[in-house]
Order: sequence, then structure tokens, then C-alpha cells
Amino acid sequence: MGLALLKSEASAQAAAASAKPAAAAAVVAFAAPRRSVSNRFRPVLRWVGFNVVPPLVTLAVMLLVWQILCDRPGATLPAPSVIWKEARDLIVSPFFDLGSQDIGLGWRVLVSLQRVAIGFGLAAVAGILMGSLIGQSEWAMRGLDPIFQVLRTVPPLAWLPIALAAFRDSQPSAIFVIFITAIWPIIINTAVGIRNIPQDYRNVAAVLRLNSFEFFWTIMLPSAAPYIFTGLRIGVGLSWLAIVAAEMLTGGVGIGFFIWDAWNSSRLPDIIVALAYIGLVGFALDRLVGALGSLVTRGASAS
Amino acid sequence: MTTASDKPYLKLDHVGKSFTRAGVTSEVLKDVSLTIDRNEFVSIIGHSGCGKSTLLNLVAGLTQVSTGAVLLEEREVNSPGPDRAVVFQNHSLLPWLSVYANVRLGVDKVFGSKKTRAERHDWTMHNLELVQMAHAKDKRPSEISGGMKQRVGIARALAMEPKVLLLDEPFGALDALTRAHLQDSLMQIHASLGNTVIMITHDVDEAVLLSDRIVMMTNGPSARIGEVLTVELPRPRKRLEMAAHPTYLKARESVLRFLYERHRFVEAA
Ligand SMILES: Nc1ncnc2c1ncn2[C@@H]1O[C@H](COP(=O)(O)OP(=O)(O)OP(=O)(O)O)[C@@H](O)[C@H]1O
Ligand SMILES: [Mg+2]
Repeated sequence: MGLALLKSEASAQAAAASAKPAAAAAVVAFAAPRRSVSNRFRPVLRWVGFNVVPPLVTLAVMLLVWQILCDRPGATLPAPSVIWKEARDLIVSPFFDLGSQDIGLGWRVLVSLQRVAIGFGLAAVAGILMGSLIGQSEWAMRGLDPIFQVLRTVPPLAWLPIALAAFRDSQPSAIFVIFITAIWPIIINTAVGIRNIPQDYRNVAAVLRLNSFEFFWTIMLPSAAPYIFTGLRIGVGLSWLAIVAAEMLTGGVGIGFFIWDAWNSSRLPDIIVALAYIGLVGFALDRLVGALGSLVTRGASAS
Repeated sequence: MTTASDKPYLKLDHVGKSFTRAGVTSEVLKDVSLTIDRNEFVSIIGHSGCGKSTLLNLVAGLTQVSTGAVLLEEREVNSPGPDRAVVFQNHSLLPWLSVYANVRLGVDKVFGSKKTRAERHDWTMHNLELVQMAHAKDKRPSEISGGMKQRVGIARALAMEPKVLLLDEPFGALDALTRAHLQDSLMQIHASLGNTVIMITHDVDEAVLLSDRIVMMTNGPSARIGEVLTVELPRPRKRLEMAAHPTYLKARESVLRFLYERHRFVEAA
């Protein structure tokens, strides 16, 4: 498949009048067979050509190299063809359901996402509120910032024993671990954002006599929003890192436990498929928060 | 002018202001006394750094006096409020709100309990029309020109129906044509609404054209009021007619004399 793609690209390059970068040339190759495509779809095709084709080509090359390296007797890791053969059901149907532990990875991801949603949601609310309070006060900032800087480097798993001891139950412990992992960057970034509110906006608020609630909603949140979303984006990435680690130990049906389970029954192909799922979902989460951020802060940067 | 002159509308009573930074105290303003009547248009002119903005912030209540007092209708000013609306030098519109929402924010705050929703909308639109910005009401500040932003800033301040309108070099960052245009608008608004205005400016022509009185400040540190010039020009004033008016020219000359002969700008050592 990788070779075929490369070949069609080469021929397209020959056909194109000007020798443009590979991505642009590939568009021509894709568009050529469908002559009826109206001009309306041109921009879409262009976008696909610039953003989808290059990663697909790279992926194909990587799979090819991987296949060559691992497709021999004595290889310690399964080659892509082996994974496709042995874990096909996991790849093609994410949402099958054949009983308690025999379910598609899509379901497992959803369970993990639910935990992340709760933990991260709590962290977002608490982090923004705490960050707002801390950012308001010079003293609190100076006193708490070093402590947060230390706590934020504690790995998620290190919180787990404490959480298990405190909650005596795996579900709240997993959520707590996510919460405590995600909250530090949210607090720190919010506080910095609040401190960076221009004096001009504070003056406007003072002349209007905004009360602290109005000030929070109309000045503080929008002005600090770019910083807050930076914190949220880092936070969501960290919580996704934490969920996998936490579920490995707490069990359940999440994607993290699945990896642990597959390892114990030496199903390496399953683990690799799960890794791909985790990576894709993590990527999607990051982009989602990023997109939300640019939507909310649209036009909010000072002119 | 129209009210009883024995009761000053706005009074600066021996106002002084010092800043202390890292244990070093520097006196910016010293013994500034001034009374301003209702409906009067007063300009403050002086070299950069002499303390004009500081003086305006004292009247706005954004900073506190060190000595003396600021009295508005015989009541001491010690905190900011919408009765002393400020048009800031750099417009200070909130970039995440539309033009309309920027003005509406102040209207809601000041008239929230006195006007109905529809009335507040009408009042917001009325003030945008006053500065000819109603057409851009849904734009964000980043989408309009510098002159337009300054107009919106003026609309926001006017919409609060302030007792005193404070303008800190409102047209300083604009090109000459836009500036002339906005000066004319401001003159019209002042003529029809009769606001009490204090305006800081660097521009001698602007001061003479717009003001009833021009307050000239000496150089800092410890700046004082050097001279107060009353501009005896009839209103309404027309820019072109004024250019050759003897009173205008005389006023212009005496301000220039003050600034460049008697209180030349000396670089702070
Ligand atoms: N918050 C402050 N702390 C310390 N010093 C200040 C503070 N605000 C102003 N000053 C000092 O007061 C002096 C006057 O400042 P101010 O901004 O009032 O000048 P200005 O006349 O408005 O100048 P410009 O025309 O350039 O705007 C300056 O020397 C400045 O350094
Ligand atoms: Mg100034």
C-alpha cells in the first residue's frame, strides 16, 4: 500500500506542470480520477492534500520499515502484518460487546474518558478558581508558587498509594490521581494570566465600579483566557497520561487496565493496538481543548 | 458659569502627590489648586512627564492624593466612579467585547436599576450615534481603526452621564486629519450636552480651539500650575475661522511662550 501511494505520487509529479512539493502534487493525483468534482471541493481537496496526505505517507513508510525489521524469525516484537492478523477484531470494530471483559477498545476508551472527564473537570473548576485567588494576591503567589512548582513534578503514579489509602476504593482514587495531576498547570497558568491583566482593564473596572463577581466574569476570565487555556491544554494531556497509569493498578474496564491485562497474558499485538488508540484519543483531546481555546479567545488578544 | 459661582463644582484644594518607590519618595505634584465650573471645558497642557496624567488620575480617584483634597460638588473624591468617566489615552476598550457591548457594559452598570432593558439599549445606541459609530456596533475593537476606537471610548464615557468627563490625551495617537475630525465631534458634543470636561493635551491648537480655560503646568518634579489662560473666543467655534482670529492667535502665542520660553523642557538629570 505504501509503495502504491508513492508510485502514484511520482506519476502525479511528472504530470504536474510545476514541480511543487509532494503534498501539492498528490492533490492532483487524488483529484484526477474524479473529473466531475466541482470547484467547490477544490479547497477541501487542497486541505486534505496538505494536512492528511503527508502524515499518511509517513505512516506508510514507518509501517513498511517496521514490517521489514520485525518480519523474521526470532523478532521480539510483532510485525504489523502479525498485529493485523491477531488483533483484527480490536482494530476494525471498536464497539463490539461480548461479555464482561471481552469488549471493544472503543468502550474501554469511553470508560477511561469518563474518568478523565470527571477528574479533569473538577481540576479545571478548582484550578481556575484557585488560580484566580492566588493571582490576585502578591503574597499568596510568592508563598504558594514554589510549593506548586514542586508538587507539579510529582509523577501521577506516586499519588496513587496516598489516594488508595484515603479513599479505600479504586474508582475515586483513579479520579483523584487525574485531578491532582491536571490541577497544577491550570492553577499556575491561571494565576499568571490574572497577574498579567493590564492595568488599563483594572482602571476601566474601577471607573465602572464593577463588583468582584462582575470583575471575575467580564474582565478576569476573558483577559486571562489565553493563559487559562494553555493550562487546560497541558492539564488534559497530563490527565490522559495519568489515567492509563492509574487504571493499570486499580483495574476495571478502562484502556489502561486492558494493557496491563494483555501484558499478563502476553498479547503483545493487543497492547500495540491499544497504544495506537491511546495516542489518537490523547491527540484528539489536545486538539479539542486547543480548538475550544482559540474559539473562546477569538479576538480577545489586545489589538 | 450658569451656576452660583460661590459654590465651585469641582475643586482641587492644595493637592499634592508623592510616589514612594523602593524607599525613595519623589514629589510629582505640589500645591495644585484649581476650581472648575459646571459645563466648563478645561485643558491641561505641559511637558511630558510633568504629572498631567497623575493629576487626572487623582480627579478620577484612581490614585489617592498625598496632601490636600479633590472635591466634586463639595464632596471629597477618594475612589473611582462612573460620575468621573475617563477616556484613556490608549482607548482601553475590552478587546473581547463588541463595540456595542463595551458601551453597554457601562450603561448597564450605571442605569441597571433606573432604566428598562429597552431603554438601556436605546441609550447605548444613542451614544454610539453621537460619535457616529452605530454602524460598527457589532465589530470587535481589533477590527476598527484607532480613531474609531477613540470614538467608542468617548461614547462609553458619555453613556455613563458623568458629572465630569476626563480625557487623557484622547487624540494623541491619531493622525492630524482624524484628530481634527474628532475635535470637531467633541466640540459639538460639548455644545449640545454641556458636559464638564477636563482634557489633557500636548497640542497647543487643540487646547486653544476647544477650551474655555487652559491650565499650564510647570515642569516636574514638584510640578505646579504655572498659569491659567482664559480663552475668550465665542462659541460655536469654527476651525477655519479661528485660524485667523486675533484672539485665537494671541492665546496660541501665550501658550507657546509659556511652554517654550519660560518653562522649556529640560531633560531630567
Ligand atoms: N505609580 C507611579 N509610581 C511612581 N512614579 C510614578 C507613578 N505614576 C507616575 N509616576 C511619575 O510621575 C511623573 C509624572 O507622570 P505622569 O504620567 O503624570 O506624566 P504626564 O505629564 O502624564 O506625562 P505624559 O505627557 O508623557 O503622559 C513621572 O515622573 C512618573 O515617573
Ligand atoms: Mg500622561
